[in-house]
Amino acid sequence: MSILLSNISKKFGTFTALDNINLEIPEGELVALLGPSGCGKTTLLRIIAGLESADQGRVLLSGQDRTDHDVSQRGIGFVFQHYALFRHMTVFENVAFGLRVKPRSERPGEAVIRKKVHDLLNLVQLDWLHDRYPDQLSGGQRQRIALARALAVEPSVLLLDEPFGALDASVRKDLRQWLRNLHHDLNVTSIFVTHDQEEAMEVASQVVVLNHGQIEQQGAPGDIYDNPANAFVSRFIGQTNVFYLEEQDVDWLQTAGLSNAQRQGKVAHVRPHDIIIEKSLADGDDGFVTLKDWQHLGSLIRIELVKNGSNGGTASIYAEMPNDQFRRLHLSRGDKVDLRIRHAHWFH
Amino acid sequence: MSKSSIMPGFRPTIGFTLIYLGLVVLIPLSTLVFKSFQLNWDDYVHIITNKRVLSSFRVSFSTSLAAALIAGFFGFIVAWVLVRYSFYGKRFFHALIDLPFALPTAVAGIVLATIFQPSGFLGKLLIDTFGVQVAFKPLGIVMALIFISIPFVVRTVEPVLLEFESSMEEAASSLGATRLQVFGKIIFPNVFPALLTGFALAFARGVGEYGSVIFIAGNIPYVSEIVPLLIVTKLEQYDEVGATAIALTMLVISFVLLLLINLLQLCGCASAQDNSKEVRT
Amino acid sequence: MNAIAQPINPARLVARQQKVLQDADWVRWGLVAIAVGFITLFICVPLGLVIFQAFSKGIAAYWSALSQPDTLSAIKLTLLTALVTVPLNTVFGVAAAWAITRFEFKGKSLLTTLIDLPFSVSPVISGLIFVLLFGAQGWFGEWLSAHDVKIIFAVPGIILATLFITFPFVARQLIPLMQEMGNQEEEAALSLGASGWRTFWSVTIPNIKWALLYGVLLCNARAMGEFGAVSVVSGHIRGLTNTLPLHVEVSYNDYDVVGAFAGASILAGLAIVTLILKTALEWRQANR
Repeated sequence: MSILLSNISKKFGTFTALDNINLEIPEGELVALLGPSGCGKTTLLRIIAGLESADQGRVLLSGQDRTDHDVSQRGIGFVFQHYALFRHMTVFENVAFGLRVKPRSERPGEAVIRKKVHDLLNLVQLDWLHDRYPDQLSGGQRQRIALARALAVEPSVLLLDEPFGALDASVRKDLRQWLRNLHHDLNVTSIFVTHDQEEAMEVASQVVVLNHGQIEQQGAPGDIYDNPANAFVSRFIGQTNVFYLEEQDVDWLQTAGLSNAQRQGKVAHVRPHDIIIEKSLADGDDGFVTLKDWQHLGSLIRIELVKNGSNGGTASIYAEMPNDQFRRLHLSRGDKVDLRIRHAHWFH
Repeated sequence: MSKSSIMPGFRPTIGFTLIYLGLVVLIPLSTLVFKSFQLNWDDYVHIITNKRVLSSFRVSFSTSLAAALIAGFFGFIVAWVLVRYSFYGKRFFHALIDLPFALPTAVAGIVLATIFQPSGFLGKLLIDTFGVQVAFKPLGIVMALIFISIPFVVRTVEPVLLEFESSMEEAASSLGATRLQVFGKIIFPNVFPALLTGFALAFARGVGEYGSVIFIAGNIPYVSEIVPLLIVTKLEQYDEVGATAIALTMLVISFVLLLLINLLQLCGCASAQDNSKEVRT
Repeated sequence: MNAIAQPINPARLVARQQKVLQDADWVRWGLVAIAVGFITLFICVPLGLVIFQAFSKGIAAYWSALSQPDTLSAIKLTLLTALVTVPLNTVFGVAAAWAITRFEFKGKSLLTTLIDLPFSVSPVISGLIFVLLFGAQGWFGEWLSAHDVKIIFAVPGIILATLFITFPFVARQLIPLMQEMGNQEEEAALSLGASGWRTFWSVTIPNIKWALLYGVLLCNARAMGEFGAVSVVSGHIRGLTNTLPLHVEVSYNDYDVVGAFAGASILAGLAIVTLILKTALEWRQANR
């Protein structure tokens, strides 16, 4: 089911949580609402779900206006940040809940419910826990039960609020992959909220970047990384070096490959892997760059460079390159290096 | 055995605590038990199975039960309204809930008696419109005990409603539950243990209540005579053995009832924990 | 039991705003009406009636009822009782809370349960046990009458019964609070070289002072208002062993309505002051 949001605004008192949001999500996508805390992403998710009502704007699901539908009639599945499992019910009863509260005419028989719940528990690989209570489960298990519970009512849209936020780092990694696979199998339009850009990039097929209640950019993870729409997105997604051209030595930048002709703004954002370094042979005194330190990030090396400006100040620059390539350079701490910038994003 | 070697004052504080507890509470209470040794079983049975004694037990327990049930029902609504809704004067009502705790029982007693006696303004109203007489009947006792019970119910239910995770309600709604289903299947089961506790506390207090009841009850033997009053009557007749027998019986019944309710609650909660020994993965 | 005596921050009783938690208007107003009606009938009306009855024969009658010698001596006895019992139970409460929350020892939970015991004993039985101890047929009855010491039907009995009834109030307030606080601050003070007393006065007391006041307040209200237990041990001797609540009873039974309600109005005033201070302390504790 496709989702269309038009002109959604929401204020809490004087605080503007969402400011005229327009968003279209095609059917079957797995979308990440990404942004720093307080950017309005959770509010937006709750408005889509009908848990919160917008001050203005419409919510269309599959082209039909559902703005005035109650949450219980929207046909959405919502997975809460802290799961909100019913603590007085077993895992089985939690998952069965949505089926049991259906009006009598639509309610499936006990045998059907039983089969369906066990199928779902098998899907999340936790059928063996069916008679446990929520407080006997680990965080990752609760998360999967919450998902199974939301799926029981066959929602046309699945909404997840910070689905991995409350989990340990190791569990989180596994669950990300698992959620991606599950989405692939079920193909239900899904939106999840996260503040973790790595998570968004890894899991989502579409990323929507929010800041201060507005959409900064929407697109596939690769597009957003390669072509950030503005300085905020560029900084928020991935690592980046920021060069302010007024403060920097323009000549030096030109030798590094950022020629004046390419300039499209005052600020250049350069990804670490777009910086190439070589051992310097020159003896020049000013504007040189030295190698300060490096860290191993698995297959990559992150290199910390210090640039001494002509005015006496220093600035840190980060570069990344594959391990073996770095080893071939035979660099040691304090060496002077030459530096070339392959690509930059320009902002004002 | 102190957990922290540098913390001072264990000996004097525990010493004072134990001596004071012994002098003020344990020794006096133990007289009940020792006094009862003066009785043999037949005498005891004779005292307890006396018709007047039995009917006072019936009056005390039935009125306390009725009052705790009514206070449980309305107290739940009061707690619900105080926690969930905002309305004019809410703070005021919130503070008033504790009045039955703070108001001396004798004052409550004469006030309720004055209101509900046949010439009192509510008593007259009830007789004129419904033909129901409250004062000097078990119904009057129930009224007094409701007054006493209110804070027990409200003050146990309130914090639980306050702590209740609203996301559980939202989850139930998002799964298609109606408001009534959310209440019946999600909220109420979670608040019920607290309600039961409040009910039990109110009930136990009601059985032992004296001051607020005796004025409105009229104390007619076989009709509206409560157990505590019978104890006082026995004492006034210098029948200390009889008073002790009745008192001990009442105390034991109350404790057993409280224990039962506690067990009931434990069972309810235990079902949520009986697998907890298994390894978590 | 815990929930009863624990203060609730009134500021937290703010209605929530999420959409799904809103009930329909008719449900809301219906329930509010039921709750307000119930509280009005059972609490506001009785409270108003005390005031109304006390002044039903005019201010002058009220004053003359209050200035009766019997009334005055009842007030004095009530104050005396509170003056003796409240400090004793306060010292006990602090000592017990210190021992229970600052040290590990066997039988701790039993001790905590025993401290609560007086709450679950009927007031009449609380009086009865002192009659059994010190009454004419009691354990010490003969010894006492031989030495001409009167406890039952005299002031000491009243004080003892009140002591029993109000025994747990302060300890009840302090134990959960001090448990929650832990003893790190005290350990820090001790490790900096403060003496035990110094630590207690300048670290512990400032941390528990509002809860302590709260406990003292409730203890005092009960000490001044206790009826059942005191009634059993007092003997109702006018001018000698009548506390104010007993004086109210005696006056009421003598059909002295103004006298009864004059006394009752003082006690009701005490209850109202207690409630106001209690609410203020709840705000205080919440904003601690």
